[in-house]
Amino acid sequence: MKRGALSILAAGILVLLPQTLLGQESAPSDDQVNEIASDLYCPVCPNTPLDVCETLACSEWREQIREQIAAGMSESEIADYFVEQYGERVLAKPRTSGFTLVLWLLPVVGIGFGVLALAGVLRKWRREPDAEAVVAPQDQEGSVSAEARQRIEEELRNLS
Amino acid sequence: MIAEIGFVALSAAFVLAVYATASSAWGGYHERPAWVQSARSAVLLIAGLLTVAVGTLVYSLQQSDFSIAYIAENTDLAMPSYLRLTALWGGQAGSLLFWAWLMSCFVAAVMLGKWEQDRDLMPYFITVATLTTGFFIGVTVFISNPFARLWLPPGTDQLTVAFFPPAGAMLYSVPDGNGLNPLLRHFGMIFHPPTTYLGFTGFVVPYAFAMSALISGRARDDQWIRTSRRWTLVAWGFLSVGLLLGGRWAYDVLGWGGFWGWDPVENAMLLPWLTGTAFLHSVMITERRGMLKLWSVLLIVLTYSLALFGTFITRSGVISSVHAFGKTALGPAFFIFIGITFLGTMALMIKRLDLMKSDHEMESFLSREAAFLLQNVVFLAITFVVFLGTVFPLISEMVTGDKVTVGPPYFKATAGPLFGVLLLLMGVAPMIAWRKQVAARLGNRLMAPVLVSAVVAVFWGYTYESPWVAYPVLWLVVFATLAVLMEFWKGISARMSQGENPVAAFTTLVSLNRRRYGGYFVHLAVIMIGLGFIGEAFFMKQTQGTLAQGESLQIAGYAVRFDTLRQYIGADGRQVTEADTSVLRDGELLATLQPRQDFFSEHGQRVTAPDAYATLGGDVYVILIGWEDIGMGGSTFKVYYNPMITWTWLGSFVLLAGTLVAMWPQRAGRSHRSYVLNPVTPGPKLDAGGAA
Repeated sequence: MKRGALSILAAGILVLLPQTLLGQESAPSDDQVNEIASDLYCPVCPNTPLDVCETLACSEWREQIREQIAAGMSESEIADYFVEQYGERVLAKPRTSGFTLVLWLLPVVGIGFGVLALAGVLRKWRREPDAEAVVAPQDQEGSVSAEARQRIEEELRNLS
Repeated sequence: MIAEIGFVALSAAFVLAVYATASSAWGGYHERPAWVQSARSAVLLIAGLLTVAVGTLVYSLQQSDFSIAYIAENTDLAMPSYLRLTALWGGQAGSLLFWAWLMSCFVAAVMLGKWEQDRDLMPYFITVATLTTGFFIGVTVFISNPFARLWLPPGTDQLTVAFFPPAGAMLYSVPDGNGLNPLLRHFGMIFHPPTTYLGFTGFVVPYAFAMSALISGRARDDQWIRTSRRWTLVAWGFLSVGLLLGGRWAYDVLGWGGFWGWDPVENAMLLPWLTGTAFLHSVMITERRGMLKLWSVLLIVLTYSLALFGTFITRSGVISSVHAFGKTALGPAFFIFIGITFLGTMALMIKRLDLMKSDHEMESFLSREAAFLLQNVVFLAITFVVFLGTVFPLISEMVTGDKVTVGPPYFKATAGPLFGVLLLLMGVAPMIAWRKQVAARLGNRLMAPVLVSAVVAVFWGYTYESPWVAYPVLWLVVFATLAVLMEFWKGISARMSQGENPVAAFTTLVSLNRRRYGGYFVHLAVIMIGLGFIGEAFFMKQTQGTLAQGESLQIAGYAVRFDTLRQYIGADGRQVTEADTSVLRDGELLATLQPRQDFFSEHGQRVTAPDAYATLGGDVYVILIGWEDIGMGGSTFKVYYNPMITWTWLGSFVLLAGTLVAMWPQRAGRSHRSYVLNPVTPGPKLDAGGAA
């Protein structure tokens, strides 16, 4: 909370700073901005990442990110700032805390359950082997073509 | 006048659908063939009537009849006629009509096919299929009518949209329409929606067969599975191609550098594809070993429900916000219909549980059956995480009131590793024998491909400067490819040892085992398609910069040079800003690209049209982001290097070819082999040559 408030303050100061003071020596590049923006979603357009959104509002947000990088804010601080301003929906990757933790835990639980169920089914099946199949006659010789038999022989040769 | 013809045809089709549902159920229950015959004729008539309805809408679209609300909303006078045709599915009412029409055509096609072996299934097949088709026709008649017209009631200047004239109102024709959404004005829009819709609607056939088998108590017979498998393959093939065309459209039109964004609408299309793919595999065990019957039925029900769900979330607007849900009657109508479909089916399955006992049981953990089962579970796991991620924003909004976004990082982290498991199974499973595999022998067989692929993957990863996480993925890709190629080689070399030349050996091998080798072609295609996703996930590069004329951006060994910029007005009134850029490598000119931005002032919408230099290694993909209006000195470009993406597009052709091979009917007589159960099923190896 406190860090969020501080970053708003920092951003506010930055806007007030005259342009000349802003590091001409180290203006953050578009690539640096995009790297952070790509992990955020446009707060207004549905399902559009911030780095590709074409609206005017989004290009202003990108400029804001540029100023925040110049002010030395880290990626997570910038993300926190945007969450504070516009809510958690700006995050491309939902947080592993709060209600969105459910989203991350459910696949683990679901897949774990699936694997257990699969193992259970297979074990049950193995305990009750199919009598008919086990005693089934093996004399299918006649139905195997010469060609297939040759291949079997070839494979057997390869094995030895 | 023409609108009346369309609406009358549509209404008549609805009445007939209700009739066919009732009479086929009655005829089936009381064993009165005449009622079923009559329902069958009604089904054919429905397809004819809907063809008339679609025909009138297409005709009115071409005539620019702006007294029809749908046409005024979705077209304008400046549109070329091919785009007017695409407007049939460019808006809600039209696309629902189009959907109903395609579905009726599928059902009619099944009616015209062979029914000698499935005669007992026909009554309830008609019941289930026309119930669904009837729902879609009903939606277009009562909720979203494509033939509703614009009326000017006396004493106001507010237009009313209705089919029947309000009291004293005059028919009103607007001078020009709104025009199609600019994003849809693309050549790809001719093919992508119809293909996808064909995929979605096609699943009604296997669903209706499965339901019919359950209702009539014929689920123990395997015949319905055979018949529905081929129809599933048809639907699946269309859906796959539709998905790929959609990806291509996004890549060419949306201009964000990629082709798959894990957007809810994309996910909605992917979900039935995932379960449909699982069904196509589980059905093989059902046919071959008489196992997993319940499971196969469950998968086809799930596939069909997810196809309905896909239409629901794309058409109801529910995904952007739960509040969009109640705005029209469409959302609730779909919701109730999907609920009834799913619950009704589940109840039926539970009631008929005894019919779906396995003929055989699993004998070993290490068997083809077990591998198939594991593959099915993985497919369902992917379906689960994609479904969860797609609906989670809604759940979150309902539970906590906060909206959240579930973006690509979530899907890559959860579904990504599961797709890796599928790649592994794709390579290993064909080498495992049915019933029981001796572990040591499998180890021997796997030794060569595992080692060779490890060496290739290390070399590949090293030259691509791969991050360490990508090495296992590259290994999986090479391993799975080798394994599939080895399957081909095994068959070909056996035939060649009989004195056939390689080409003849290959063609006879494939044509005698179409399902099997068609399947392997599809496996190869899926690996090729996967390369694009792997490239995007691990090797994509991007850079952005503002360039003066003559300056360049550097990416992945290429230089993209800004040459010049021009502005002009396009044919449909769009304001085009287009840049000339050159792609160079070591000073040598490889291509000139014209990325541009179109501004549609009447819609206030801007569309970015990227341009790309494509090679098998990767695409240089250039987007024009901004420019200085005065002097045109500095323009901003974003450049992506998208590795291996061409393989995805090539893979779609292989996929189509493989699906066609697998679908093609075998000559009569031989086709009985695969479903007549034999206590001792010959191993898959024998199968390759044994058919000769």
